[in-house]
Amino acid sequence: MPTVSYVAFDGTETIVTGFAGDSVMETAVRNGVPGIVAECGGSLSCATCHVFLCAESAGLFPPKLDLEDDMLDGTAVDREDNSRLSCQLKLTDDVSVHVQTPETQV
Amino acid sequence: MGDTTAAPRLGTLIIGNCQAGVQLASTLRELGDTDPITLVGEEPHAPYQRPPLSKAFLKGEATADSLAFRTHDFYREHSIDLVPRERIFRIVRNADGGVATAESGRTFAFARLALTTGAAPRTIPFEGSELEGVSYLRTATEATVLEQQLREARNVVVVGGGFIGLEVAAGARAAGKNVTVLEAAPRLVGRAVSEQTSEFYLQAHRRRGIRVVLNAQVVRFVGEHDRVTGVELGPRDGDGSGEIVAADVVLIGVGVVPRTELAVQLGLEVDNGIVVDARALASDGLTVAAGDCANMPNPSIGDFGVGRIRLESVQNAVEQAKVAAATLLGLPAEHRTVPWFWSDQADLKLQIAGLSGGHDRVVLRGEPDSEKFSVLYYRGGRLIAADCINSPLDFMAVKNALHKGLSVPADVATDTTVPLKKLLAAVETADAGRAVPAPAAVDLAPPAVPVPAGSPAA
Ligand SMILES: Cc1cc2nc3c(=O)[nH]c(=O)nc-3n(C[C@H](O)[C@H](O)[C@H](O)COP(=O)(O)OP(=O)(O)OC[C@H]3O[C@@H](n4cnc5c(N)ncnc54)[C@H](O)[C@@H]3O)c2cc1C
Ligand code: FES
Repeated sequence: MPTVSYVAFDGTETIVTGFAGDSVMETAVRNGVPGIVAECGGSLSCATCHVFLCAESAGLFPPKLDLEDDMLDGTAVDREDNSRLSCQLKLTDDVSVHVQTPETQV
Repeated sequence: MGDTTAAPRLGTLIIGNCQAGVQLASTLRELGDTDPITLVGEEPHAPYQRPPLSKAFLKGEATADSLAFRTHDFYREHSIDLVPRERIFRIVRNADGGVATAESGRTFAFARLALTTGAAPRTIPFEGSELEGVSYLRTATEATVLEQQLREARNVVVVGGGFIGLEVAAGARAAGKNVTVLEAAPRLVGRAVSEQTSEFYLQAHRRRGIRVVLNAQVVRFVGEHDRVTGVELGPRDGDGSGEIVAADVVLIGVGVVPRTELAVQLGLEVDNGIVVDARALASDGLTVAAGDCANMPNPSIGDFGVGRIRLESVQNAVEQAKVAAATLLGLPAEHRTVPWFWSDQADLKLQIAGLSGGHDRVVLRGEPDSEKFSVLYYRGGRLIAADCINSPLDFMAVKNALHKGLSVPADVATDTTVPLKKLLAAVETADAGRAVPAPAAVDLAPPAVPVPAGSPAA
């Protein structure tokens, strides 16, 4: 089963076991991991599921599409090179993903 | 836990377990509340998201389970007692708490009470409404039936050209159905967007092959063997005879009405929703209400406490629930986010930031026929809202501007070669310290607000 490690702005780490096919966002929200809001539930409309994807996890996901790229332009905490919208990061079998969540999403 | 007799310590009873109810329960725990929390709802499912019901769900890409807000473990670990399939019909309360009774006879004693009862589809009493194939869309149960019916349908009629109706229509058209949208008003989504946005949707949906009838007067639904076969229209201008539009499936999406029956019974003030103050407190000063059922002052419309409004959106339910949770714990409650809304109609993505009610000027940014443009709303020279179609950059820029109290001068906003974000930054420095106060009172009739359902048939 895939696992995701979420490191909050204050350094607190939460590790959650997810399911292949679910997104990094869904895995966080369903388990109440703080730091990801995801108001639009994954429809690429809110940009409140912003994460920084750690270098070792970068290769696990396809590159972002234009819409995600555009939405990242307005995140509450400014984007960086490794910024992604976690609703677009779909887990696959047995991957181990590491992300950091920003100080705020709204 | 919710059962009365031997409960040693009473906590919060939340009636209505969807967007607002789940948020309220979660926020109570985040704020450190350790008292019992009972979250009651009449639906059979674990709490789930409604927006996909008119989008991914009808394409067979989602189920009630996949739309669940939280895992069962979450509720257990946070000691939130989730009680599905119980419909509360009576509440007796006093200053120290009270007891709510479900139709099953089960009782729930509480020290604190929250109403997050949401809204129900506005029904229209036409002849033939009971025919199989005629439906409304609010719950996962209804969406499951509709998805099956749509799969087999050839002719789909949507009554009501609001967001939900247009989303279903666009999805059905993309799946190759013959689709007709019947709108009683002279334009689509009339309650929520400007004329420019309405006109754009009319053209865009017609381009995709949807037949849109404006000023449509539905007379009745006709059927054979208890199944719907068509919708009879009243005579239109220059057209003497009432037409019958063929239909295997009819979806009625003509808006919603807030569910205030419990509030009325409690003697709370009700006026287009449960009237609450900026802290989400109802007129008894004890009960809180949040979400689609609540009518609350909104900081985005004029002075706080003057402009009140009932909104139907995820953002609003989440925001108000957070405020209500803080209030129940005696903490200061703060509105933090800008109202916003989205609607995905096939490949057309609409994002609305702010509340356009009371606008005195509309500026078009981009060309509607390109299907990528924004409508910016101004009041007293200040940007107050935007409808952004396939323009996420504009949306994010406006949402951030409203959050930070910035604006964009109307005369430069039309220049699509410059990102709005840049124009905002320019205003920030040039305009620093010149805050434009919002007017004290705003005319909210008719309300031009983000609401997901169709305009009332009336
Ligand atoms: C098809 C559809 C598409 C939508 N699309 C969007 C969108 O794209 N973007 C957006 O922002 N918003 C959208 N919305 C609106 C959004 O879903 C609502 O604003 C949100 O669900 C409101 O949450 P709520 O908790 O206030 O009310 P509700 O979701 O209505 O939940 C209230 C719950 O309380 C229960 N209840 C009521 N009375 C009782 C009682 N007496 N006893 C027990 N249970 C009771 C109800 O059964 C219901 O489950 C959409 C809505 C629908 C239906
Ligand atoms: S959840 Fe809204 S954009 Fe990812």
